[in-house]
Amino acid sequence: MASTIRVRATSSGETTEVQVLIQHPMDSGFVKDAKGETIPPHFIRELTFEYDGKNVFIADWGAAVSKDPYVKFSFKGGKKGDDLKISWIDNKGETDTTTAKIQ
Amino acid sequence: MRTVHTDLPATRRLILRGAGAIALTGLGIMSFGIAPVFAAANDKYPDDAFKQKGAADAIKSLYGRTAEPSDKVKLDAPEIAENGAVVPISVTTTLADVTSIAFLASENPNALAAVYRIPPGTLPNVANRLKMAKTCDVIVIVEAGGKLYSATKEVKVTVGGCGG
Repeated sequence: MASTIRVRATSSGETTEVQVLIQHPMDSGFVKDAKGETIPPHFIRELTFEYDGKNVFIADWGAAVSKDPYVKFSFKGGKKGDDLKISWIDNKGETDTTTAKIQ
Repeated sequence: MRTVHTDLPATRRLILRGAGAIALTGLGIMSFGIAPVFAAANDKYPDDAFKQKGAADAIKSLYGRTAEPSDKVKLDAPEIAENGAVVPISVTTTLADVTSIAFLASENPNALAAVYRIPPGTLPNVANRLKMAKTCDVIVIVEAGGKLYSATKEVKVTVGGCGG
């Protein structure tokens, strides 16, 4: 299966800007389907970004993060061609991981 | 297994270290008396804070204290969100030593939407997209140098994104 994680990590020399888009329903548990049955909560809880053996950014998410979540941040350092590892785990224990090259 | 920064200021969430491999590891270390007690304090998913209904309770659960408004926290959110399911919200701050940034929507069923942990070397600028049930205040809390600073902006929601 293709990765659920799409990443763009761009180094400007001093800092690296990271944008990530993840395919995930992010069901809140408050929405009912067409039959009137509540769709159970299903959302990413933790999203981590690792560079050079260290976490550079950690997101703790609740159910109020939009479907197919997007997040952008920047960190100091990061060289072109280096790896950035991104992982998420959701409330059902499902996970995905990808490694992106900094551009 | 993720690596854990041990140099983060760590005065919160000790109480939340319940289940999970990391917590168990931490408890194991403590029981041997080596006790980097605060090592894992800032690295646990804040379950209780996400379960709180109101914004004040969520902030209290997350940080154990209240925030003061600061014009150094710049919150960017639309005046009117036509679709409450996708509200782009970003924050930047000129405050130094930022360790975390939290986003809340005061009238959501659970006010806390997201918390971002900012290790040293990461810039205190975050953009994301949140769901909002109805028109309400978006609150951003920035934890910097052990203190809490906030910015608030009302976002009018035309079609709610939480109740379906």
